[in-house]
Amino acid sequence: MFLMLTLLSIVVFLLFNAVPTDPARLTCGKSCTPEVIAANRIRLGLDQPLLTQYLEWIKGFFVGRTYGTGSATFECSRPCLGYSFRSGEEVTTLIVNAVPVTMYLALGAFTLWMVVGISAGIVAAKHQGKWQDRTIMGIALVGYSLPVFFVGLLLLIFAIVRWNVLPYPDYEPPFEDPVAFFQTMLLPWVTLAILYSAYYARLTRSQILETMGEDYIRTARAKGLSERVVFRKHAFRAGLTPIVTSAGLDLAGLLGGAIITEYIFSLPGLGRVAIGAVTDYDLPTITAAVLVSAVFIIIANLVVDILYVAIDPRVRIT
Amino acid sequence: MTPKDNVILEVKNLNVEFTTDDGVVHAVNNVSYTVERGKTLAIVGESGSGKSVSSLAIMGLLTGTNSNVTGEVFFNGKELVGAHPDEVRKLRGDEMAMIFQDPLSALHPYYTIGDQLIEAVLVHNKISEEAARERAIEMLIKVGISSVEQRIDEYPHQLSGGMRQRIMIAMALINGPELLIADEPTTALDVTVQAQILELLRELQKEFGTAIVLITHDLGVVADLADEVLVMYAGSAVEHAGVRELFYEPQMPYTWGLLASVPQISVKKEKLDPIPGSPPSLLNLPIGCVFEPRCTFKNQVANNACVEKFPELLVVSQNHEARCHLSESQRIAIRTDRKIGKINK
Repeated sequence: MFLMLTLLSIVVFLLFNAVPTDPARLTCGKSCTPEVIAANRIRLGLDQPLLTQYLEWIKGFFVGRTYGTGSATFECSRPCLGYSFRSGEEVTTLIVNAVPVTMYLALGAFTLWMVVGISAGIVAAKHQGKWQDRTIMGIALVGYSLPVFFVGLLLLIFAIVRWNVLPYPDYEPPFEDPVAFFQTMLLPWVTLAILYSAYYARLTRSQILETMGEDYIRTARAKGLSERVVFRKHAFRAGLTPIVTSAGLDLAGLLGGAIITEYIFSLPGLGRVAIGAVTDYDLPTITAAVLVSAVFIIIANLVVDILYVAIDPRVRIT
Repeated sequence: MTPKDNVILEVKNLNVEFTTDDGVVHAVNNVSYTVERGKTLAIVGESGSGKSVSSLAIMGLLTGTNSNVTGEVFFNGKELVGAHPDEVRKLRGDEMAMIFQDPLSALHPYYTIGDQLIEAVLVHNKISEEAARERAIEMLIKVGISSVEQRIDEYPHQLSGGMRQRIMIAMALINGPELLIADEPTTALDVTVQAQILELLRELQKEFGTAIVLITHDLGVVADLADEVLVMYAGSAVEHAGVRELFYEPQMPYTWGLLASVPQISVKKEKLDPIPGSPPSLLNLPIGCVFEPRCTFKNQVANNACVEKFPELLVVSQNHEARCHLSESQRIAIRTDRKIGKINK
C-alpha cells in the first residue's frame, strides 16, 4: 500500500509537471514582467531539477518547507502540499476545508442509497415477476437513466426556485448550523442517491436471484428452514459480496469529489476545488486533489478486502 | 400388494409441469410408486427423464412460480401435494431428508460444517446449541469423519469431495428421517470414494431403518443398493421391478438399451452399444410411446401401435411392470437373441 502511494505520488507529480506550460508564468497576471516571473520561479523552487522538486514536495508533506530565500520567505508547515499561486493560499488549507463538505455529501448520499437501493432490490427479488418487482425495476431504470445534472437541476428548480420548499443552498458546517446544513445537503443527497439507489436496487435484485438459485439454498430448504431464515441467513450474506465491492468503490469515487452535484448546489467540496484548479491551471492544487481522491480509492479497496475476509471464509489465508 | 402401514411413501399419478416461454414442459407424467420402510427404491434414467424433478416435487422443493405439481403423494399416510407449504417444511429435514449430487455446491461456503449441522438439528428440535453440537459430533463420527473436533469448525472448501458428501449424509440423517432421497449421491465423486459412500449409506440404512429413494443413472449402484427399480424415460415410468427381475428379465427396449450400454469387461467388444438418438422434447411429447422414435423393435409391433398409443404399465409377473406393445414371446425372443439379461439364472 505504501509502495502504491509512493508510485502514485511520483506519477501524479510528473503528470502535472510535464504539462506544456510554465508554472512560474502562471503565478502572476498579464502585467507580468520577465523579472517577476524569474523571481517567482526561484521562489517556488521551480528552477531546480525535477527530482529535487519532487523530493522537496514530499519533504513538504512530512516536515513542511520554506519557499524563497532571504527576506521574502514563506513558511508552509506540514503537511504541505504546495502553495496555490492562484488563490494565494496553501493547498493544504484548500483541501482541508473542502474534504469535510465532500465527506458529508458522500456519506449522506451513501447511507441513503444503500438503505433505499438494497431494500428496493430485496423487495423486487422477493416478488420476482410480480407487480412490485416490475414497478421497482421500472423506476430504477428511469432513475438509472437520468443524469445527475438533470436530476440536480430539476430538484433545484422545483424545490427551491419554484415552490420555495427549501432555502437557496448555502453551505454551513453541521456543528455550527445543523438546520441550514440539512436544508442545503438534502437535495444533493437525494440527487446522488437517486442514481445510485437505482443501480443498487438492480444489483441487489440480480445478486439475490442468482444466489437463490444456488444448490446450497436448496439444501437449506431441504433442512426444513423457513423461507425467512433461508433468505436472511443463507441467501443475503452470499449475495452481499459484490454489493460490498461496488459500495466501497462508489463511496471512494464520491469522496474524491462529486463534481457536478457540488457545482449545481454550490457546495465548496473537493470536486469544486478540483474543477476550479483545472480551469485556473492551478497545478499544485490539481496535483493535491488527484492525490487525495486516489488515496480515498486505495483506502476503500483495503476496506473492501478486509470486509471480504469477514464475509467469505474462503478468502481467509490458511 | 402390501399392507399400508408398511409403506412410507406412496406416489400416485404424479405430474409435474413447468410453464416456460416456449410452452408447457411436461417433466413428470403419471408416475406412481411406493417405497416400503427400510427399503431402497432406485429411480434410473438419463438426464431430463424427470427423476430428480419428481423427487424435488415430493420434498416440496419446487418453489418456482412456474411449476405445477398434481397427483397424490402420501408420506406416512399424509397427503403432501396441496398441503400447506409450512406443513411440508416441518417434515423436511426431520422425517424426510435429501442429499444432492454435488456436495461442494450443496454446502453453504460461508458457514462451518458445525454451524450447518447444528442449524439442521435446531430447526426441528427445541434443544440447546451445546446439545445440538454434541449430536452433530456424534453424527460426524458415524459417517466416518476423522478428527471430528477439528473438522467441525472447518469450512466446506477445506474438505475433500468424499468428506463433503459424508457431511451431507450426516446432515440429512441427523434427525433420524424415515425417508432419505439421494439424488445422484456419488456422481460427482471418485470411483473409490463412490464405493465408500454407498457402503456408508447401506450401513446407515441398516442402523436407522431409513427408506431410501436413490436417484441414479449408474446401474452398478442400482445393483449394489436397490431393492426395487423404477426406470424413467421422458418423464414417464417405463418399467418398475424388483432389482433381480429387472436385471434378469428386463421387459422393455429402453431398459435393454440401458443394460446393453454398460461396458462389460468379460465380453470383448469393438465398441459400446449406445442407444441411438436422443430423448424427445418434453415440450412436445409424442402421442404414442415416448420411446418409439428411438426404438429398434417398433417394426415388430402390428398396426403402427407404437406411434399411435402409449402402452399402459402392465403387470408382467409378480413384482414387475413394464410399458411395451411387444408381446411376451417377442420379448423373450429378442432377449435370447441379444443375450440381454440372464436367461439361464
